[in-house]
Amino acid sequence: MTDFSVIGKPRGRVDGPAKVTGQAQFADDLHLPGMLFAKLLRSPVPHGRIKALDTSRAEALSGVVAVLTGKDLPEKYGILPVSQDEEALCTEKVRYVGDPIAAVAAVDEDTAERATELIALELEELPSYMTIEEALEKEGEPIETLRFGPNVHKAVSLEFGDVESAFAKADHTREDLFFYEGSTHLPMEQHAAVARWEPEGKVTLWSSTQTPHYVHRALAKVLGLPMNRIRVIATPVGGGFGGKSDPFNHEIVVAKLAIVTGKPVKLTLTREEVFYAHRGRHPTLMWVKTGVRKDGAITAMHFRSFLDGGAYGSYGVVSTYYTGALQTTTYKIPAYKFEGTRVYTNKPPCGPKRGHGTPQPRFAIEVHFEHLARELGMDPIDFRLKNLVEPFTYTANWLRITSCGLRECVEKVLEASGFRDKRGKLPEGRGVGFGLSAYMSGASLPVYWNDMPHSEVQLKVDRSGTVALFSGAIDIGQGSDQVLAATTAEVLGLEPEDIHLITADTDLTPIDLGSYSSRVTFMAGNAAIQAAERLRDQIAEAMAAKLDVPTDRVAFRNGRVMDAQRPEGGVSWEEACAVAEAAQGNLMSRGAYKPPELSGPYKGSGVGPSPAYSYSACVAEVTADPESGVVEVDKVWIAHDVGRSLNPTLVHGQVEGSVYMGLGEVLLEEQVFRHGLHKIPSMLEYKSPTTKDMPPIETILVETVDPEGPFGAKECGQGPLLPVIPAVANAVEDAIGARFHEIPITPEKVLSAMDKAARGEEPLIGPTSLPDYHLGEVLRVDPPDGKKVELFPMHEET
Amino acid sequence: MAVAERQAGEDGIPPTYPITVSVNGKEHEATVEGRTLLVHFIRDTLGLTGTHIGCDTTSCGACTVLLDGRAVKSCAILAVQADAREIRTVEGLETDVLHPVQKGFVEEHGLQCGFCTPGMMLASVDLLEKNPNPTEDEIRHGIAGNLCRCTGYVNIVKAVQFAAKKLQEDGQGGGT
Repeated sequence: MTDFSVIGKPRGRVDGPAKVTGQAQFADDLHLPGMLFAKLLRSPVPHGRIKALDTSRAEALSGVVAVLTGKDLPEKYGILPVSQDEEALCTEKVRYVGDPIAAVAAVDEDTAERATELIALELEELPSYMTIEEALEKEGEPIETLRFGPNVHKAVSLEFGDVESAFAKADHTREDLFFYEGSTHLPMEQHAAVARWEPEGKVTLWSSTQTPHYVHRALAKVLGLPMNRIRVIATPVGGGFGGKSDPFNHEIVVAKLAIVTGKPVKLTLTREEVFYAHRGRHPTLMWVKTGVRKDGAITAMHFRSFLDGGAYGSYGVVSTYYTGALQTTTYKIPAYKFEGTRVYTNKPPCGPKRGHGTPQPRFAIEVHFEHLARELGMDPIDFRLKNLVEPFTYTANWLRITSCGLRECVEKVLEASGFRDKRGKLPEGRGVGFGLSAYMSGASLPVYWNDMPHSEVQLKVDRSGTVALFSGAIDIGQGSDQVLAATTAEVLGLEPEDIHLITADTDLTPIDLGSYSSRVTFMAGNAAIQAAERLRDQIAEAMAAKLDVPTDRVAFRNGRVMDAQRPEGGVSWEEACAVAEAAQGNLMSRGAYKPPELSGPYKGSGVGPSPAYSYSACVAEVTADPESGVVEVDKVWIAHDVGRSLNPTLVHGQVEGSVYMGLGEVLLEEQVFRHGLHKIPSMLEYKSPTTKDMPPIETILVETVDPEGPFGAKECGQGPLLPVIPAVANAVEDAIGARFHEIPITPEKVLSAMDKAARGEEPLIGPTSLPDYHLGEVLRVDPPDGKKVELFPMHEET
Repeated sequence: MAVAERQAGEDGIPPTYPITVSVNGKEHEATVEGRTLLVHFIRDTLGLTGTHIGCDTTSCGACTVLLDGRAVKSCAILAVQADAREIRTVEGLETDVLHPVQKGFVEEHGLQCGFCTPGMMLASVDLLEKNPNPTEDEIRHGIAGNLCRCTGYVNIVKAVQFAAKKLQEDGQGGGT
């Protein structure tokens, strides 16, 4: 089936008209009759014990309807079953400036805010831990003590193959240290949630969330209600990038306030509060050692990461594994050791930001390989080409690679950019740099262990010809609505605009795990195709009888259903639906996707496996001014293996948006704290690239048609961010000779590197030491040498 | 400027002012507190929620509306300052058909999550009113006060170029 009518065609999005007319209703746009407004009292100190909390003056304020404290919501929660360490409102301790302590519902926002100021709070301040080193080395009462020691949230040590003897076989080894600063998602829409108590004894929550199903579970746990008494509706998400993937305290608080007051309650975070909700990029300290033979073949790699997790667990266990898991999906590394450690600090919790746990090591390794190749006397590009992973192979850590267009991405981006003619040859102050990457098309395991599908889709059709599609997937701007509509329309011979979408409402729609880990196109897309094929087959059966032809001759094209051998005949889609309804009764179908079993035979193997990996390669050209320290990106070329481009318009949009976010991280964005306080919690001070900062981007799509993807598609929303950061860092080195082992590359750091050069020192900016922490036990795993790759295609026709 | 209808009393209740504002061609009379921001008046009093709030610090441009035809950040203007003036919000862009700028954002995929889109479009309308045939640099300069975190601005620029071309073909100005 390669003669597509919808798939592969550039076109706009089905939610475009609502979004350009102001009709799309974001969570803060909801206004219900009698609605109350809530505000949170937040901790003014980074680490402290609650000694006394008196809400009586707040309760007495005119217009205040209810006040909640931690006692009202004592049940802990968290996105991962292994990290149930969050409280909707703190009961005993506060862990960061901004940690919520009490909540007020009042007739308006001003009254609620004033009431929070009337709450008497007495705190005993505890020593605060603001860096990785402080968390591991500073004396005092820790934030938390788990089995890995004080302030250590997670530690992991895995070894695939005999790393020591593999290093012994190397002709050359090199070690480097790197630091990747934390950054935040900065979605344009501030988080907001509205809850309503329903007369039949249920509570409904509308929220700007990427994961309504996981919010549903957390609400049930904390509120002590069965899931069937809670309805979660995800409103269109005004930017997520991973920042709206956790269940949040404000969501739980509004639901509880609605239950307590019997009235609708809204809570919209201020921009400052969004910085406290955070869940952004983990600041990460890294050490990498690689051994290579004279011919450039990698023999072994040892990689260590220390993640600054902030105050709570969030996705942190997974983030920790991710800093180690995907090294092997880009380069062939026959023996690999990974040690990861995530610490608690007294800062807003870190979590999944676009690329989740992978931009940090990609930055480190792509810069490390530049040095390594040159020490070996090899061209850094040739070094990479020698070691690229091959399609349909297993990695040392048991990850199954299927389609892989990495080599083609590299070749195309080098050619388009003229990289080989530019590298080392541009005038002083100008340079080009290269990087590459891989990313997952969805995690093969859900966040909580279960045997059920990850994405389910239902279709309902009747004599009107209306196709109603029910899916739990939520559009966060990535275009999941368009993917659902386009895949379904393709199978049924309709237009995407013919598909009526009902999404992300736990009362109405079947399960979708959420818009995270780049999973929706792959998983919900496959589920939609299956549902559409089943519906098509039902209608084909009825039409075969009417047309008196075999079922497999019934074709669906251009809104008509006909005998494929007499395409000029046939009936309209509506008539075909009526024929089928008459023959079979009400028409509905279902589709579901569950990834194949892909985990390896060891504990911790659940993080990293994906049904397919996308690939990207990037060249950046920069101008760096050694006088001012300012780095400007002149152009970015990026090639991305998307499997099949379902809609080039949307794929380009995702790739370009990824480049944008990568450029922000490498040059501008950073979290800055002073005395425990976020120093720049506003859009005024937290620097995000504007129209004038953005260079031209040349996007090249590579299609490898993945055997298991929906029509062969893979992800495109996260992977293209990853190679941008090292490409820029490498370009800066080419331009002015300064080596950046730390991002963002700010003017101050550039000037500092120039000063070092002037003093005759190596112009290297980066960390100089690692904390002295090792997990004692190492889990040794034999690589799956010679294991044959098994495929599980879902649709014969794709 | 409107004159205070009620002076601040001992009880601390702030003064209020009567205003008459034309919004999307329709007259609205209202009484507002002196401190009420125009964006809150538009969203909360008039219920026109297409104008979004993204930052609280006048940095993002999501709340951009046209005030007497000029793009302003409605979080940086008081409702009383709009007295006897004309406002146009995203809800007032469409006539019988989509405004060329709206059409540009749909056709050229100038939006992803859509949250910055209303403000971005109104800034673009103002730009095209002043400069019907802008270069890419002029477009980037004209909308530099509006942030988008999804698109990298690539398709937003194309959307504005689309609108400029369409407006010229249709022989009209910036559409205000």
